Amino acid sequence: MRLNLTVNGRAMTADDVWEGESLLYVLRERLGLPGSKNACEQGECGSCTVYLDRVPVCACLVAAGQAQDREVGTVEGLADGEELSTVQRAFIDEGAVQCGFCTPGLLVAADDLIERVPEPSDAEIREALAGNLCRCTGYEKIMAAVRTAAERSGGTSGSGSSAGGDRT
Amino acid sequence: MKPFDYQRATDADSAISLVSGDPEARYIGGGTNLVDHMKLGIAEPGKLVDITRLPYDSVESLPDGRVRIGATVRNSDLAAEPVIRQRYPVLAQALLSGASGQLRNLATTGGNLLQRTRCSYFQDVTTPCNKREPGSGCSALEGWNRHHAVLGASERCVATHPSDMAVALAALDADVLVEGPDGQRTVPVTELHRLPGDEPERDTVLRHGELVTAVELPSLPFASRSRYRKVRDRASFAFALVSVAAAVELVEGTITDVRIALGGLAHKPWRATEAERVLRGAPATEETFRAAADAELAAARTLRDNEFKVPMTRNTLASVLRELTRQEGS
Ligand SMILES: Cc1cc2nc3c(=O)[nH]c(=O)nc-3n(C[C@H](O)[C@H](O)[C@H](O)COP(=O)(O)OP(=O)(O)OC[C@H]3O[C@@H](n4cnc5c(N)ncnc54)[C@H](O)[C@@H]3O)c2cc1C
Ligand code: SF4
Ligand code: FES
Ligand code: FES
Repeated sequence: MRLNLTVNGRAMTADDVWEGESLLYVLRERLGLPGSKNACEQGECGSCTVYLDRVPVCACLVAAGQAQDREVGTVEGLADGEELSTVQRAFIDEGAVQCGFCTPGLLVAADDLIERVPEPSDAEIREALAGNLCRCTGYEKIMAAVRTAAERSGGTSGSGSSAGGDRT
Repeated sequence: MKPFDYQRATDADSAISLVSGDPEARYIGGGTNLVDHMKLGIAEPGKLVDITRLPYDSVESLPDGRVRIGATVRNSDLAAEPVIRQRYPVLAQALLSGASGQLRNLATTGGNLLQRTRCSYFQDVTTPCNKREPGSGCSALEGWNRHHAVLGASERCVATHPSDMAVALAALDADVLVEGPDGQRTVPVTELHRLPGDEPERDTVLRHGELVTAVELPSLPFASRSRYRKVRDRASFAFALVSVAAAVELVEGTITDVRIALGGLAHKPWRATEAERVLRGAPATEETFRAAADAELAAARTLRDNEFKVPMTRNTLASVLRELTRQEGS
């Protein structure tokens, strides 16, 4: 099939897509966007988290056919050119990245959280990131990064990225 | 993964005829269970009919007090719905206790109800399993069975149903609206899932091609005082070892009406009718709660690794009832 979708605000087309491929595979292997990672491929680790129609999902469990004509936002869409988003900056500043495999998924999940809940409590941060596993950091620095990102966004709307698109 | 054909249905009739006319065809909702099963080789559909564009994506309050939940409403949207949070907190809590945000954003009401067991042998195509391959044997019976059933199991299968949402729906006496090639029918959610018996390969009473279109909740005013409690190995993002969904109506210290369903214990959400019988008309005391739990669990049969589920259920049920009746009294 020919797959038409919008990725990070740009209309994209992929040809010869087999409907049973995952959206994750399409993004990584056909559209040149390897930011989203594939680890478990079973919905358990969150490393493949992307926005689909403005809500975060596990791209590994979305069949490509299901993404037809829909809007996808990936970790590549968080930064504005060379300018990192607030969440990205905070992850670096707080040392929340070690091997980095979990990071793209966590960034999307954290971006979504701060968009929805500008001043999240620790419990809200934990719950929002419960679907993202990290083997390296022990999560403390990730928690710190999300707190910092929330503070820097000033409890106003969102973290400054547009990967999730405009929400009403 | 086996190649298959994918179609996006635009109306229910064509979806139903596409699937009912082809034994290899399946509906796909969020895909979080089915796509996983296709990768694992448990399901090999020849055709997928995507139903997420059908007009079943809303929650409606009906004039008679019932609430109709469309089959394609996403789990996260349902949990956030004001009418659900206020009138049926047990359901919102059950939904939020399941999976992760990224999965709840995909998962649909129909797909959640029809998700299949997480029995590790069922998911591993190299091991015998009567549910996956009828007649091959049950690896869990003598194997690692910590997560398996203590109520209503058979010699053929001891799997549990994994859905949290379904346990809340069973407690609420919800109805499942089904449409098939021969028309519509309504199945109480407590009768949707089967006990394994001699046919563990059949999870539910649905026939091939039948489409779940909606779930309806009865008015049930006292459900505004309801709870879902899930016991699991870690604080979040794990399936239930045991869970309790309960709603209680209390008048001057006496339980006048009650609904209870248990999760993690059986091949289906387990409606605790014995416990309800003991509680109805009885004083809301610790003694009554224990007697109710004992009545329900009298029929329990444990396996090597899951004996703990019986005391765990007894304690969890008593604690939920304590909490609900204390709150009501204050
Ligand atoms: C890592 C992980 C953790 C999880 N943890 C939990 C948990 O803690 N608690 C919990 O309850 N669940 C949990 N789940 C399961 C999750 O809730 C289900 O996968 C989800 O609800 C299924 O919904 P879906 O729409 O994606 O179903 P799909 O995968 O689309 O479909 C599932 C089945 O239902 C059929 N179907 C779908 N819709 C209809 C319809 N309208 N009519 C007829 N047939 C239909 C499909 O053919 C398929 O057989 C977890 C899943 C994963 C991957
Ligand atoms: S318990 Fe049921 S699903 Fe698990 S191995 Fe036995 S037959 Fe298969
Ligand atoms: S790769 Fe998708 S959740 Fe792990
Ligand atoms: S930094 Fe290595 S998995 Fe999280």
